[in-house]
Amino acid sequence: MDNTRRKFLKLAGLTAVAGVTVPMLGSKALAADHGGGHAAPAEHGGGHQEEAPTGVRQGLVIDTGKFHDNPGLAEKCQKVCHDYHNVPKFPTSKDEIKWIWTDKFPNVFPDHSHYKKDDRMSSMNILALCNHCDNPPCVRACPTKATFKNKDGVVMMDFHRCIGCRFCMAACPYGARSFNWRSPRGSEDGHPFIENYNPKFPTRMRGVVEKCSLCSWRTKQGKDPLCVEEANKEVEGAMVFGDLNDPNSEISKVLRNRFTIQRKPSLGTKPSIFYII
Amino acid sequence: MVDKILKGNGLYWGWLTLLLMIMGAGAVAYLVQFNYGLGATGMSRDVTWGIYISQFTFLVGVAAGGLMLVLPYYLHDYKSFGRITLLGEFMAIAAVAMCLMFIIADLGQPMRAMNVILHPSPNSMLFYDMIVLNGYLFLNVLCGFVVLSSEYRGIKYPNWVKPFIYLSIPWAVSIHTVTAFLYCGLPGRHFWLTAVLAPRFLASAFAAGPALLMVIALIMKRTANFDVGQTAKDKLVTIIGYAAIINFFLLGCEVFVGYYSNIPGHMHTLDYLFFGLVDHSTGVMHNNLVPFMRASVAMGIVGIGMLFLARKQKSDAMLATSCILIFVAFWIDKGLGLVLGGFVPSPMEHVVEYVPTVVELTVTAGVWSTGFFILTLLYKLVVAVKRDSEATLKIS
Amino acid sequence: MYDKGKVLLGLAIFLVLALSVVGYNMTAGDNKKPEPEDAKLKGYTACVKKTDYMKSSHMVLLNQWRDEVIREGKREMVETADGSLMVEKSLQNGCMKCHTSKVKFCDTCHQYASVKPYCWDCHLAPVEPTDGKEAH
Repeated sequence: MDNTRRKFLKLAGLTAVAGVTVPMLGSKALAADHGGGHAAPAEHGGGHQEEAPTGVRQGLVIDTGKFHDNPGLAEKCQKVCHDYHNVPKFPTSKDEIKWIWTDKFPNVFPDHSHYKKDDRMSSMNILALCNHCDNPPCVRACPTKATFKNKDGVVMMDFHRCIGCRFCMAACPYGARSFNWRSPRGSEDGHPFIENYNPKFPTRMRGVVEKCSLCSWRTKQGKDPLCVEEANKEVEGAMVFGDLNDPNSEISKVLRNRFTIQRKPSLGTKPSIFYII
Repeated sequence: MVDKILKGNGLYWGWLTLLLMIMGAGAVAYLVQFNYGLGATGMSRDVTWGIYISQFTFLVGVAAGGLMLVLPYYLHDYKSFGRITLLGEFMAIAAVAMCLMFIIADLGQPMRAMNVILHPSPNSMLFYDMIVLNGYLFLNVLCGFVVLSSEYRGIKYPNWVKPFIYLSIPWAVSIHTVTAFLYCGLPGRHFWLTAVLAPRFLASAFAAGPALLMVIALIMKRTANFDVGQTAKDKLVTIIGYAAIINFFLLGCEVFVGYYSNIPGHMHTLDYLFFGLVDHSTGVMHNNLVPFMRASVAMGIVGIGMLFLARKQKSDAMLATSCILIFVAFWIDKGLGLVLGGFVPSPMEHVVEYVPTVVELTVTAGVWSTGFFILTLLYKLVVAVKRDSEATLKIS
Repeated sequence: MYDKGKVLLGLAIFLVLALSVVGYNMTAGDNKKPEPEDAKLKGYTACVKKTDYMKSSHMVLLNQWRDEVIREGKREMVETADGSLMVEKSLQNGCMKCHTSKVKFCDTCHQYASVKPYCWDCHLAPVEPTDGKEAH
């Protein structure tokens, strides 16, 4: 018994080694002009260029200027997301759960220079959410495959499988993940953490990690994610959703025409969320 | 053989009762945490691992430290470690048991822990950690008990156990290396993202593990009239001292790389740990680990000096003090600073500090007590068997 | 071996105690609870699989649906066994669309079988038709 187990583990180990080396041996071809690599700062050279795309890779472009010119829009996006997905609101910040939120430029882009930047940028509130990295460190870290990248290039969570070890939270360089430190269905001082339950979507239970899933349940039906739909309702083009690997998609066209940046590109995670500053 | 643990004096039973009481309190605290969720701890969205995982990390080191007591005896036939080798193996058993308990205590969904085996994920370092920790536990239980029971029957241990003993030596290195890899392979956590993390883990482990053993040996000399021998102690001093010095050398390397390169990400956590760090969005200074970390460095350096002095003066009291200093210094360094510091600043460069709750501390005390409970029973066994077999040798 | 007699006596007592529970159950006769009745739904002719399969293995199907939907992205609808209806592969938005009462449909049987599935820790049960309160 023990012997077969050991054999299996050995095999698993070898598979892992093979799994690690094969992509490294694979083509290191530079990204075509529609790839995401153009966002890497020039001084980093070719090191952060993304490989030639394969399959679908859903992503977002966020036009921060449009959000800045329309105060309250970002908050509306957050509300529609959190309401639909039954994201609880806790009274203490240590228990906080958020899928999409805003922060200042130096916090969203700590790697970028924020010295003597213009007043507009300094006062901007910038939307932050899971980057649905093409090379997600959280997926690498997860010991149960509870978090994984799906066929659309979206980093998903399987709440049924998560054991709550929070390795993915330590691995995520973007602070995109939240943990259910306590039951989201509870209440404190008569205030339930979820005011109005959306009967179409589940809640989570305590002890699992959660985050944005780029509305994979909606996009499969050809709809935009909720935040994108909400933002574009008021301001056309505030957010663009689509397949980054399809050169004819709207998002690829936007990316070809506008200068965009990604969060912490030097880490090699290849974020699929782009920002027009 | 096992019946030996049932014969002890009042001190022995009093000590076990005390441990049992703390274990009981820990169990109650764990129930509280189990029913409320991990929100009963001080951990937060930004500091997602707290004292459980840091104790785990430190104790993997203590377990790996057993290597330094096993290796000289089995590999170099260093006879003076005859009385200490088994103690090292059994210390590893207790330490790994504590590690596993701390992991379970830290899980949000402990009932699903088996998912790690049901859905094996060879890309996760935690998967390998599970393998090496359980493997190391198995190896030490096997080798420890086979060697002990052979001694009990007055024979040399059988040859078939030798490969396991030899395997346990590199395996000890692997447990702490893999534990370091949990941290140092994560992008965006600059404090952990360093190639010297695994070597530093090993260095501090090879000091802290034997230091704990030395303290216990000195206690047993008084309470159980069991002396590991002057030669063994002198050799241990060398091991602990040099390992501790290497740890500080590697810490120095970290400090140099951080401050000479002047890269903010590399300096932030060092700043936070030793001087305090200001959160730029609020302007508030955060420094609650600073006194601990400074004390750690001071205790470590004083401990090393005192250690060699104690050997020169053949003073058990000074030896015990110096080992306690080194053990506590490295407990703070790895059991507090390393894990907690790594989360500061957060990925969005906010500074959020962590303070453990009473529930969390009680669970932690409970796990440590369980570890010491296991350790006490095992050491009781070793001492009784060793005495018997040595007495038989004298008669014959 | 020391104290052979005592050890054997202890083992015997243990065996008697352990088996007494089984014995009681076999001899006590009519301590069986009545089986819960099928909750027949009006207006529907078939479920996605045969009733027997659904009774014994609905949890297997639910797990399969979960993996297909979340992990493989296969979110297409499924047909009922007689082709009369298309159903979403979802406990909350599929099953409970027809089986509108969790209390009658799920709980009765689960209580009888003494199983405690954790579905409803996350999934929201529909508002119970009788007392009008949302059950979460």
